[in-house]
Amino acid sequence: MAATTQTPPDALGTSRARQAQRRNTRRDTRAALLFISPWLVGFLVLTLWPVLYSGYLSLTDYDVFNAPNFVGLENYRTLFSDETARLAIGNTFYFAIIQVPLQVLVSLALALLLNQAGRSSGFFRTAFFLPRMTPPVAIGVLLLLLFNGQSGLINRVLGLVGIDGPAWTTDPNWIKPGLILMSLWSVGSSVIILLAALRNVPAELYDSAKVDGANFWQKTTLITVPMISGALFFVFIINSIDALQSFTEAYTAYFGSGNTTYSNDAALFYSIYLFREAFEFLNMGYASALAWVLFVIILVITLVQLRVSKRFVYYEGEQR
Amino acid sequence: MTASIESEAQQRDNVGRAAVVANAGGVRRDRSKRITPGRVLVLLALSACTVVFIYPFVWLVSASFKTRAEVFDNRLIPKTFTLDNYVQVWQEAPMLLWLGNTLLVTVLAALTVTISSSLVAWGFSYFRWPGRNAVFGLVLATMMLPGAVTMIPTFLIWNALGLTGTLYPLWAGNLFGSAFYIFLLRQFFLGLPRELFEAARIDGANNWRIFAQIALPLTKPAIVVTLLFEFQAAWTDLMRPLIYLRDPETFTIPRGLKTLVDQFGFGGEFRWEIIVTAGVLTTLPMVILFFLGQKHFVEGIATTGSKG
Repeated sequence: MAATTQTPPDALGTSRARQAQRRNTRRDTRAALLFISPWLVGFLVLTLWPVLYSGYLSLTDYDVFNAPNFVGLENYRTLFSDETARLAIGNTFYFAIIQVPLQVLVSLALALLLNQAGRSSGFFRTAFFLPRMTPPVAIGVLLLLLFNGQSGLINRVLGLVGIDGPAWTTDPNWIKPGLILMSLWSVGSSVIILLAALRNVPAELYDSAKVDGANFWQKTTLITVPMISGALFFVFIINSIDALQSFTEAYTAYFGSGNTTYSNDAALFYSIYLFREAFEFLNMGYASALAWVLFVIILVITLVQLRVSKRFVYYEGEQR
Repeated sequence: MTASIESEAQQRDNVGRAAVVANAGGVRRDRSKRITPGRVLVLLALSACTVVFIYPFVWLVSASFKTRAEVFDNRLIPKTFTLDNYVQVWQEAPMLLWLGNTLLVTVLAALTVTISSSLVAWGFSYFRWPGRNAVFGLVLATMMLPGAVTMIPTFLIWNALGLTGTLYPLWAGNLFGSAFYIFLLRQFFLGLPRELFEAARIDGANNWRIFAQIALPLTKPAIVVTLLFEFQAAWTDLMRPLIYLRDPETFTIPRGLKTLVDQFGFGGEFRWEIIVTAGVLTTLPMVILFFLGQKHFVEGIATTGSKG
């Protein structure tokens, strides 16, 4: 007691304040942990453990019924000499490399149009977004019907302008182009993201460009695209990740218990191959290896895109 | 997604920018009153695109009222108009059961993910605790993880619990929150004025009351977005029903539709009118959902882009 009376009053005050603050921090931390506990449990049980366990499974032979049998890197070795895996990787890249840029271009074009539409843009935006609400299974069904080589609507319309449309759903060379075209039907959310970005471009920029006598094309390439490059890049990355994991539409249209008569190798995407290995043939170990390779591919592609974007993407307020 | 790990200040800035956008829309409207050749051209182009985007719906609905022989005739108005498919489809497949299962899964999935994600988001936005940003970075990082990596072990967990074949695996994971919604709700919480909560705390409100009675009611737009997004995601999912459901009695409607495609499409029966009609019934609830929550869908998606 005697010692504390010796301490200068302000020092006593700060130490007490610090103590109180520490108590607050501790109380806050406890409360916060309580609030985030659902995620914490979920992360440990449904993310961290599964990631580690699938890493382990990828080194085993496992069919659910018998205990995993450790085989080292055998699955990965198989994977690199597996013709079907190579086919699936090829199909997936074919799809992604064409579909992603197309989707970005189409959604940019639509967003630019919408941005010029003024008051009626709401109506058109609804029309463009509506396909996004369609369950992918139904999109798979629509694909089979609309792109049908003999009676489909697409070939009927092509016939009107004198083009003899291909057998989109049965000719291996045309199955992927059909899937790509159908996938463009659901560009809706990309359009909305880009439109929101377009509306953020300061109007002064266009006014001064007008003074300088710039035409529409110059305004678009020199102002609009650079100003929304952040959103464009975001759409590009998200679509790439989606395209590489594309599953439902192709699976609905070309795989399943009934249609063994079809040649569907052309639609065998990586995710479909993985799914079938895991849950139709119960090669859980091999499927885990496939999953890890997919993970690495997506990670590398995303990192490369992030690096490249640093050179082209403009962020407002960024220091250079 | 790693690009989106930004400072709080940046995120607040985005909220502010959204407000600016709303104003900009108002200014732009004035310019649109003049009718110029350019504008007419734009409207024509947009109308043409609208036909392309809407026609597949029209085609599907129209086909569902056609007879088996005419399903593929590509007519806009059915030559022989029939309601027979809508009678047949309930007899050929347990559609009502599938719709019921889907509705159950969807409602549970949307409710649980909204409750758990808002709790977690609050823990990441209101309280200041050591390591908060690092742990939140981990939340965002999990969004990068392809579902395929966790798919098999997650299946093994449900299998060990003896719950494969039931509807639980389709929604119960949502009890633990979902990274995307946690991110979305946290953004929103961070935009609320902190003074409000401090005042309530001084008035003696505890953490739970501050969250449930003050913060949550102010977060309604973000909560509606979460509910709608998850409702759609759960309704349209095919992968999980494929993995977990074996017995047709337990199917959700997309899983059921896939079975119909296998059975009536390629299975030799070639009764596409049944598939088309089931397709309409699968899609229609989503279209209705969109028209009910159109504004929220559009705003929710625009917000996810603005972090780019």
